[in-house]
Amino acid sequence: MSTAVMPPKKVNRIGLEIGSYKGGKTTLCAGCGHNAISERLIECFFEMGIYPWRVAKFSGIGCSSKSPAYFLGLAHGFNAVHGRAPAVGTGALLANRHLIGLTVTGDGDTASIGLGQFCHMLRRNVPMIYVIEDNGVYGLTKGQFSATADLGSKLKTGIVNDLPPIDTCLLAIELGATFVARSFSGDKKQLQAILKAAIAHRGLSVIDVISPCVTFNDHEGSTKSYSYMKEHDVPLHELGFVPAFEDITVDMGEGEVQEVTLHDGSRLVLKKLGRDYDPTDKLNAIRTIHEAHRDGHVVTGILYVEPGAKNFIELLNLVDEPLATLPESKLRPPKEALDEVMEELR
Amino acid sequence: MSTIEVRPETYPQKEVQPRVVNDFSIQVATVNGSGSQTANTVLMRAIFQMGVPVSGKNLFPSNIAGLPTWFTIRASKYGWIGRKKEIDFLVAMNPETAREDVQNLEPGAAVVFDEPLKLDALRSDLHFYPVPFDKLVAPVCPEPRLRKLVRNMIYDGVLARLLGIELEEVRKALYKQFGPRKVKAADLNWGAVQAGWDYAEKNFTKTDPYWVERMDATRGKIIIDGNAAAALGAIFAGVTVVTWYPITPSTSMIETMMGYLKRFRIDKETGKATFAVVQAEDELAAIGMVIGAGWAGARAMTATSGPGISLMAEFAGLGYYAEVPAVIFDVQRVGPSTGLPTRTQQGDILFVATLSHGDTKHPMLFPSCPEECFTMAQTAFDLAEEFQTPVFVMMDLDLGMNNWMSDPFPYPDQPLRRGKVLGKEDLERLGGFARYADVDGDGVGWRTLPGTDHPAAAYFTRGSGHNEKAQYSERPDDYMRNMDRLARKFETLRKHVPRPEVILNERASVGLLCYGTTRYAAEESRDQLLREYGLETSYLRLKAFPFTEEVGDFIDRHARVYVVEQNRDAQMVSLLRMELEPEQIAKLRSVRYYGGLPIDARTVTDEIVAMEGL
Repeated sequence: MSTAVMPPKKVNRIGLEIGSYKGGKTTLCAGCGHNAISERLIECFFEMGIYPWRVAKFSGIGCSSKSPAYFLGLAHGFNAVHGRAPAVGTGALLANRHLIGLTVTGDGDTASIGLGQFCHMLRRNVPMIYVIEDNGVYGLTKGQFSATADLGSKLKTGIVNDLPPIDTCLLAIELGATFVARSFSGDKKQLQAILKAAIAHRGLSVIDVISPCVTFNDHEGSTKSYSYMKEHDVPLHELGFVPAFEDITVDMGEGEVQEVTLHDGSRLVLKKLGRDYDPTDKLNAIRTIHEAHRDGHVVTGILYVEPGAKNFIELLNLVDEPLATLPESKLRPPKEALDEVMEELR
Repeated sequence: MSTIEVRPETYPQKEVQPRVVNDFSIQVATVNGSGSQTANTVLMRAIFQMGVPVSGKNLFPSNIAGLPTWFTIRASKYGWIGRKKEIDFLVAMNPETAREDVQNLEPGAAVVFDEPLKLDALRSDLHFYPVPFDKLVAPVCPEPRLRKLVRNMIYDGVLARLLGIELEEVRKALYKQFGPRKVKAADLNWGAVQAGWDYAEKNFTKTDPYWVERMDATRGKIIIDGNAAAALGAIFAGVTVVTWYPITPSTSMIETMMGYLKRFRIDKETGKATFAVVQAEDELAAIGMVIGAGWAGARAMTATSGPGISLMAEFAGLGYYAEVPAVIFDVQRVGPSTGLPTRTQQGDILFVATLSHGDTKHPMLFPSCPEECFTMAQTAFDLAEEFQTPVFVMMDLDLGMNNWMSDPFPYPDQPLRRGKVLGKEDLERLGGFARYADVDGDGVGWRTLPGTDHPAAAYFTRGSGHNEKAQYSERPDDYMRNMDRLARKFETLRKHVPRPEVILNERASVGLLCYGTTRYAAEESRDQLLREYGLETSYLRLKAFPFTEEVGDFIDRHARVYVVEQNRDAQMVSLLRMELEPEQIAKLRSVRYYGGLPIDARTVTDEIVAMEGL
């Protein structure tokens, strides 16, 4: 028998251990990028000190959409129908504006079957974190191209994609998302900073994470493989995130640093890498993504952020209390109201 | 243009007809976009204000301006407010259709027409009243561009004079229609009414037999369309999330609702809304938002019609299987496909009953009048939350968009029934829960709402296979146990849906079974069958699916039951077949009308008479 005293378990600022943020055991392939993203979500919600039961998880259909079962097990989850997570999430957030909406879907959900819902969620600036686990293929049906597959990329079977990709980040910036980022499931530090900033952002955050499919799209000729990303990933900046509840400065080392303050007082710290990049400049963001396509790069980092924009819930001028739990006295107008209408119709 | 060859000599000469009081129909034929709706509503309301039971039906094209429109007003001292097949009094304002409209009249009908159309040359067995509308409108409406809209009001004056409608009632109806903020417009139109009245007074000797005389059968009643009634019903049932995609004939439900929500559901202290209305990008998103909102605990609804229902099939299955409350108003129009978008039908019944792939079943409610649209809105929300499932309210265009006389709606006397929801305190006490466990034996599990402040509150909702604890499962026993419980839940639901209205006639061996707006034709047909053929009948009006025990009992008591409905394929008969015994099914006979106009009593009577061999 060991008599050694266990070290005290690490708890976050609300006194919860990391175990409270875990989910069920993953059933995805070993090495799947999605598992890394689940790990980052667990870490970020833990480190941000969010009660997991305040989070509502949404997903569509596909490998990516199974993943909400593998993180934040103490949060309600809704694995909806293919491509329709935006509508379900929007409805739930209308019902309860205090929920922290977290959607995790894939490129099939987002860029094909659910493209319409994705676009209209962007226009509405629904206050939600929307993570696209982007691997360029349909995994559950064994490896067909998705609409984010790059022109000229190859399937394992040798079939070459001859249609241009839909760039979900370009679309997001164009159609009104107020926080748009691209990352790589293999870049732990960058993805953490982006996810934490997305949690702090009060509008829609679209995060396209290149997340290689080790089974169907990690080969030579794929543009969504680990090796391709290692060679072509061009980070726009080195990212740091300072949450509102931590009054500290981060040491980013030598170099030019830009700060973006989010609505809740959190700060994004962006250290220049190579070129100047101002993520609040929409036109420059669009140009930068187009240039990357032209040059065969994948630019990652915070592509665009607009911290002050009104979100959908604010536009609708909803009462502070969740609509779902309003008492009957607030829901049913008095008898006089009905009498008044009846009198008008006589 | 009508191409019917005209041979007036083939018609019999008109005979002297006895006075017909408060029992006739008026049809106004105009061009859509000409403002005739106001003139027609004023005319209908004036008759209503004279105490005469009245109904109005708008037969309009799927178009904004320039195509033919007909408005039918039926006055009936007996209170029959279904469509009447025969037109007794035609107002022919549309040159495109005037000749055909006149040709279709029964001998003895009356026609007010625009003089230049020279319709009186077409037939000699009708009563013609030519009115020079353009000449009359010029002096009362100096502004030429308004004349198109004002000239229709002239026929209100002419008809008032010819039919004996009190001019003061027309004035009251007109000023009510325009409201206190449009007095100038009302004044202008009132001038046109008077011009019509004066012209008729000076120029016409009444030869037709139709008269309106004051009665006392509308005191205290209101006039409202079913869509507005459903909108009010939802508001008083505590709706909080309304999503929609515009589609005729459901659009006006949401538009009317938005007006009333702004009046009655803004929190007085904060000035903030206790509701959210979202115009979605399509019906997929509209129902998706409802499912999301219902899952999170809101009273959520959408309104649509057939094409929207088709798109909602996917989510309807999810709502059934994942057990999420939702209310869907289906204001049915004529299908299949785009069909006749502005005509009425009961064509979605069979599709909605099992909407979506796999074994699904959905409860449906069948309101038949505005008051039921109002009361069944609460029934729908209560059932949806108590049984955690989508509930469909099956209206139709006739009910939703036409004006109906109604008793004022009763203020709800029942609290909102929010169903089985576990809160934080319950979870403290229980320690946890299994979302899909049948702990009460009624097939209905307990749910928690996302955001509930407790570590044991969460569960994972999915449209894929799941066990009692809401965990992913492909095990045959888990799947079957869950599906059997859903079937059990549906059986519990059967005991809680509205029961049919039944009139049992001990002497009758024949029964009429109807639902929704088919009731008007069925009820009037029973009167015709009795008076004209001496056929005694019983009556059952369905108010809901699944069917309650009264339905089988009713069929058992009769030798033959005529199921009256408005679709080609006898959809309700098919649905009844799914639930009845073979000997009961053998007694069913089908009476159908599916031309897009509201079904009329004469059609029902003729069919039954033929099948009964009377």
